[in-house]
Amino acid sequence: MQTQDCMAPRTARIRSVTNELASGEVFTWTLEHTDGSALAGNPGQFNMLYAFGCGEVPVSISGRTPNGQLQHSIRTVGRVTDAMRTLTAGTEIGVRGPFGTAWPLDEAAGRDLVVVAGGLGLAPVRPLLQLAAADRIHCRKTLVCYGTRTPADRLYPDDLRRCAAHPRIEVRTTVDRGDTGWRGEVGVVPRLLLQGGFDPDHSIAVVCGPEIMMQFSVDALRQVGVADRWIYLSMERSMKCAVGLCGRCQWREHFICKDGPVYRLDQIADLLGISEL
Amino acid sequence: MESLQRIDLVGFGSLLAQLQAEGYTLIGPRLEAGTIDYGAIEGPDDLPIGWRDEQSPGRYRTLPRNDRAHFGFNATPASFKTRLHRSEETVLEVQRGEQGELRFVPVIPAVKKQAWIGARSCELAALAIQDRVLKDSADPDPRYAARREGVFIVAVHCGQAGGTCFCTSMNAGPKAEGGFDLALTEILDGPEHHFVVETGSDAGAALLERIPHSQPTAADLRRAADAIEHARATMGRHLDTDGLKTALYAQAQHPGWEEVADRCLACGNCTAACPTCFCSSYEDQVELDGANARRTRHWDSCFNADFTHLAGGPVRASTPARYRQWLTHKLASWHDQFGTSGCVGCGRCITWCPVGIDITAEASRIRQANGEPPK
Repeated sequence: MQTQDCMAPRTARIRSVTNELASGEVFTWTLEHTDGSALAGNPGQFNMLYAFGCGEVPVSISGRTPNGQLQHSIRTVGRVTDAMRTLTAGTEIGVRGPFGTAWPLDEAAGRDLVVVAGGLGLAPVRPLLQLAAADRIHCRKTLVCYGTRTPADRLYPDDLRRCAAHPRIEVRTTVDRGDTGWRGEVGVVPRLLLQGGFDPDHSIAVVCGPEIMMQFSVDALRQVGVADRWIYLSMERSMKCAVGLCGRCQWREHFICKDGPVYRLDQIADLLGISEL
Repeated sequence: MESLQRIDLVGFGSLLAQLQAEGYTLIGPRLEAGTIDYGAIEGPDDLPIGWRDEQSPGRYRTLPRNDRAHFGFNATPASFKTRLHRSEETVLEVQRGEQGELRFVPVIPAVKKQAWIGARSCELAALAIQDRVLKDSADPDPRYAARREGVFIVAVHCGQAGGTCFCTSMNAGPKAEGGFDLALTEILDGPEHHFVVETGSDAGAALLERIPHSQPTAADLRRAADAIEHARATMGRHLDTDGLKTALYAQAQHPGWEEVADRCLACGNCTAACPTCFCSSYEDQVELDGANARRTRHWDSCFNADFTHLAGGPVRASTPARYRQWLTHKLASWHDQFGTSGCVGCGRCITWCPVGIDITAEASRIRQANGEPPK
């Protein structure tokens, strides 16, 4: 009997490792399958990455190289990701996926695309930055609003620079705390949204970051007039299986692994403010 | 009614012997360590003949009966869940070669024939729910599916209800309405002691053909119906499920969650005893040779702090939030996820809660503040 096992990974190889922060807290793997093929997956989706003997973690897709290889940015937050940080180019790992819902790129056609990210929340929307900079999203313009705790926590400076240099992309950044060299905004991300610069009636907003930051960003987007139907969020919960069997990612009736992680706000608006749900 | 047959105690012994002869391992109730629980049995003598149980919130006792009933007890501490969704099992073996190349080998058990003797209607309702979650989903668990394939079910319609039973409220009993190969009703009336047998599958009918049976009398059928009616009438508890999902969704901020959490120990006994709770976690081990690793799955519980752990800490840090998740999932969100309640009214979570928290009382209390009178 040939049985498919949803828990069995495929082998993949780390092509390269890039450090994203001076602290070494975030690094990016460029991956390919051991048969040389590219990993599947659309922006917004995630893969389960397995390190030999250490375990498996869900990681969102954070871009593709110019030749199509998939990238995952990983933050060291625990035993498994600490071990992953020690792996070098050439190491084989396991991959299951892609899982979950994707950002609705088609819906951005003819609209202003507002990308709202906080901290590591830039990783799941980085594919959108890459696509926008390559004119591969058919939106009118793109506004990127990105906030971090400090200037040293800012990810993907090259992508942000490329976007800022593009005539139809505007990049706004802010930090909670500046440092001596910081000349930019200090404050929370929602303030960047209140500065306007996009047509709320013809916009689509994608929001990713800590839940509290997403809640306040939603408030700001509503305040300037963006309808819930045009706001998308990426939710994060603990996950072990990614196929609805382990039960950990439940958010009332949702299994975030398969019903999410990307949700349209009007599908989840009643759950967003309930703490510890 | 002509599908009903009658077997006497000798016939019942033949039934078990025939199943064994056909290669089935018999899993049935046994009296062991002061409880009546499922385990391997060899024949009728291993059953808890003449024993009953008493169950109430946080309390379980076995006591002798004044007859020789074979199935004169109620829900066992552990459910049949343990037979299919193992509390711990290896799911994956990983081999690492000398060049660091990985090989993943899923661990899937061979189909083994096991016959469940005395499965109650609530167990079968729970089995149907677990099937939906673990076998009939888009990404089924092949381990569960392999074990499930080998199961032959001899159900027993309940002739009495326990103090924490409320299957009638959940449309899950006391009479099994399907999902079995054979279903027995035990008839005990003075010197009369035999079973009325109902067939639920071709395999069940074929097996029944191979053991001595006879036509039941009108009195047998009346006694069988009376036994089930007696169970219905002695149901220990009741839960009003009408509009419950809407009420629970609306009451996420109800102060009653704090109140129950003052008593709840967040120990997870309820989730272990529950025949439908399916949540799990994984662990990784490496052999000392550094070349072999495995992934082990074990039951987890929404009452564990680690269950919702993220980089910033657990999402459900407090006990009220965890109790709310458990009860709301069981009685409300399960409907949206799987088109059925996650509760079958077996009462195990009430009996085995160390502080005797009663899901029926808590659900009713939480919904009362919704402006509805208690029922």
